[in-house]
Amino acid sequence: MTTATTSSSRYAAEYQNLAPALPGQALPWLQALRQDALAKFSAQGFPSPREEEWRYTNVAAIEKKLFMPVSQAKPQAVNAAWLKSHQLQGAWSLVVVDGHFSAELSVLAGLPEVVTVMSMADALAQHPEKLEKFLGQAVKNEEHGFIAFNTAWFTDGLFVHVPAKQVLAKPIQLLHVVTGADAMATTRNIIIADALAEAQVIETFIARDGVYAASQSGTGAAIASGGVANAYLTAAVTEVFVGANADLTLYKVQSESEKAYHFGGIYIKQDRDARFAHHNFAFGGLLARSDIHADLDHAAECELNGLYLGAKRQHIDNHTRIIHLKPHGISREIYKGVMDDRARGVFQGRVIVAQDAQKTDSQMNNRNLLLSDDAEADTKPQLEIYADDVKCGHGVTVGQLDEKSIFYLQSRCVDEETARNMLTFAFANEMVDKVKIKGLHDMILEQVLTRFPQEGVNKEWL
Amino acid sequence: MLSIKNLHVSIGDKPILKGINLEIKAGEIHAIMGPNGSGKSTLSHVLSGKGGYTVTEGSVTYQGKDLTEMAPEIRAREGVFLAFQYPVEIPGVSNIYLLKAALNSIRKHHGQAEVDAMDFLTLIKNKVRLLEMDEKFLYRAVNEGFSGGEKKRNEILQMAILEPKLCILDETDSGLDIDALKVVAEGVNSLRSPDRSFVMVTHYQRLLDYIKPDFVHVLAHGQIVKSGGAELALELEEKGYSWVEAAA
Repeated sequence: MTTATTSSSRYAAEYQNLAPALPGQALPWLQALRQDALAKFSAQGFPSPREEEWRYTNVAAIEKKLFMPVSQAKPQAVNAAWLKSHQLQGAWSLVVVDGHFSAELSVLAGLPEVVTVMSMADALAQHPEKLEKFLGQAVKNEEHGFIAFNTAWFTDGLFVHVPAKQVLAKPIQLLHVVTGADAMATTRNIIIADALAEAQVIETFIARDGVYAASQSGTGAAIASGGVANAYLTAAVTEVFVGANADLTLYKVQSESEKAYHFGGIYIKQDRDARFAHHNFAFGGLLARSDIHADLDHAAECELNGLYLGAKRQHIDNHTRIIHLKPHGISREIYKGVMDDRARGVFQGRVIVAQDAQKTDSQMNNRNLLLSDDAEADTKPQLEIYADDVKCGHGVTVGQLDEKSIFYLQSRCVDEETARNMLTFAFANEMVDKVKIKGLHDMILEQVLTRFPQEGVNKEWL
Repeated sequence: MLSIKNLHVSIGDKPILKGINLEIKAGEIHAIMGPNGSGKSTLSHVLSGKGGYTVTEGSVTYQGKDLTEMAPEIRAREGVFLAFQYPVEIPGVSNIYLLKAALNSIRKHHGQAEVDAMDFLTLIKNKVRLLEMDEKFLYRAVNEGFSGGEKKRNEILQMAILEPKLCILDETDSGLDIDALKVVAEGVNSLRSPDRSFVMVTHYQRLLDYIKPDFVHVLAHGQIVKSGGAELALELEEKGYSWVEAAA
């Protein structure tokens, strides 16, 4: 605990001057929440591999550095033309630069008036009563050090509220951009879909210095737009509330630059009959961890899909937890990883079926492809079932490409290298194909294509 | 077309084929029959270049070239086609893309231009009709979720489009009901031509009622123990394999 204490007290000391600039100063409940978070972070520090939920992921590197929050918005640091290439066309796009909302870079024209979409800072000023009801309700400060860290020091974020029965015509994109070395972007987002509302929200994480656009195997990662990759820290926490019989789809596309540290937690509360789907694309970062935790009420449906691609020395960790609290819930989960070079992929998936949650129907699947001898995949599915009338299953595979499939393709005139690339691409593309927003699908596909098929390989089958 | 001389093949240290001799001329249909474990599938795998087998002796010459020296995809581009006993499911790769990639690599191998997209579509749709398949199959992942019969039909569809010189059908009739068998046989018969040869590896004589072979060879214990015309298959049907095995 010494390291943790040292690092957390260093962070605490550095940030104490920062407190007055954080949003929500006038709100006693928020001040209390932040104080509580600060106390918890000071005591715990960042999570340690000694904690079961973090056993495969060591964040000591983050402790050693001291990432500095950016105290004010600097939208001018972002090239608007470059940014546009990452903004989804046909969507409302909200841009957060270094943890601060930028109205000028955002595209919000035509939003229905009944729908609230604004920065967290504005929301705390304009709708404090709403936020008091939701902030810190889907995830508690004691969950782990990153949550406490985020609660104590979040600088801004986004607030989305879709009232009952509203069906959003276009998706909302939350675009997180980091611009500087050693910077820290600490954002807190709240997404609420009231009863019978329908919406699609996309979280995109990029760095000004370039999307992580790895890689030709062995030759390592390249930064697409040139420039030097910076070490920085993203610590984003998103709380999601899906009302009764509402339908929310959330996408996460994490393409941080190659030296970035990323923590992104998504915590979902689903009311009865609520449907929630999450598609998690983890492509970037040196060390990236996602938490996706959903709590399901009566007959709620939850779909979690994930694709993580690791190259060079990337460490990508996805931690999912689905809690079936009430009867008749359905959950479907598929996570796929492709690890190359010396990359390490981690999947920990927990499904908990409470005693009361009879007739739960749950399937969890994690499949990993290792493309190099030095790549590693750790996978730990956990089913904890306390009810007695449920249908729950899980499956896990870690392996190389199937030699029978390679021979089959060769016997159909495809050379071995192309066959391997074809199968790898197909493995990953299955997850991309689940993306139903055309423009987003194409953006994600483009990123997958920077990795497979490799350069020089026949591509006419694509 | 194909000349197999004194072919010995092992898996690891275990000899499977022990001196096969077989001459196949252009336009001929040869049936290879035999009991389970006789080496039938090994022969078709070795001809198509599947890994895991060692040729310890003898030679396989295809159109004057040493077949054993070629990678599986080169054999395929040179016109050797294996219809699999158990076609492999390839999730994520659609049938039509694989067919196009395969056809174009054959054309490229022979110095021809890529197939025109419209011509390809016309070609493929005609063949799909011939095999009484649903066009939707083209856009589905290769063999994924296909029934046994659909998989076998898909093999013959690929064969019909790639127009190979030497077609090896490995247990194509197993798992087919009589209606599906008729469709598959019709597909094969429509491909018969003076410059195309077939090797049909089969456990059951039934297939030969629909695709009439010129020669029938009986494989037992890694050797061809008897050869004859189409009538040999009927004799086998009647008397069982023990008759030839004992005679050997």
